Amino acid sequence: MKFGVITFPGSNCDYDCYRAVKDVLKEDVEFLWHNDTSLNGCDCVILPGGFSYGDYLRTGAIARFSLIMKEVKRFANYGGLVIGICNGFQILLESGLLPGAMLKNKSLRFICKYVYIRVENVDTPYTNKCKEGQVLKIPIAHSDGNYYISEGGLKELKKQNRIVFRYCDLDGNLDIRFNPNGAFDFIAGIKNKQGNVLGMMPHPERSSEKVLGSADGRYIFESIVEYFRGKRF
Amino acid sequence: MKKNHKKKLFSAKVFVRLKDGVLDPQGSTIKRALLDMGYKGIEEIKTGKVFEISFGSEDNKKSKVLLDEICKKLLANPVIEKYRFEIVSKK
Repeated sequence: MKFGVITFPGSNCDYDCYRAVKDVLKEDVEFLWHNDTSLNGCDCVILPGGFSYGDYLRTGAIARFSLIMKEVKRFANYGGLVIGICNGFQILLESGLLPGAMLKNKSLRFICKYVYIRVENVDTPYTNKCKEGQVLKIPIAHSDGNYYISEGGLKELKKQNRIVFRYCDLDGNLDIRFNPNGAFDFIAGIKNKQGNVLGMMPHPERSSEKVLGSADGRYIFESIVEYFRGKRF
Repeated sequence: MKKNHKKKLFSAKVFVRLKDGVLDPQGSTIKRALLDMGYKGIEEIKTGKVFEISFGSEDNKKSKVLLDEICKKLLANPVIEKYRFEIVSKK
């Protein structure tokens, strides 16, 4: 299986993703440049975290028009695996591949810390190695992670079981004190209708090895490989 | 042969802000600061962005179409923001 990590001007988690795939997951991976017009046969595309285009105008608003995003859209529409992490999630929202938008954190602060998220749906290419309700310890690092969607949009997400992760406490309870950014309905990650596109604010690539404080991020990367192998063979 | 339309120079101000009902934490923080400073009558503050754009266009109607398009495509995110603009013809 081959992963592709897109580097936008201002991405700063691209090497972390690359390392997580290559050294931890031990799968093939290559960097893709924002001006590329091909995904080079990658089976899963990662839009990494960072500050693409300096977060100017709105997070992800300019990166969305990068040349490679045309290919990412086409790939996603054909059912290709696309995961956006943090700024990558924001780019997916701006590009319309996922619904909703990001507002500034309720505290107006940049928050960089480990949080707990609850796996709400294990029937996805990104969570099939998790148990329903499993609590993962994964860090966040963002200023704009306060997920917003209209009431109607939220209803649809719920009905179609598309909320994949929610912020929670250590035991998996939804508690306002453990919603770090004020996100609507504690949402930390969602998927598209077809299920092949995932956006999440927490950083699994920063928590894929014990030495980093948690290895829970591995569940997500390993799920992707599991899904891909199962689908192919 | 193409007609040589004369383009005039226009300038516009575009105002973008969060829709009503969308939480504006910056606005509420500024409001709180003003109340703390003793300005008792402050009811609500909404923050936003202003863009000043100069561009060539044939007439007012085409300018409006252009501005509407760039607002929808880039300057505003219609999920959370609303926009309006004012056009001034320079020459």
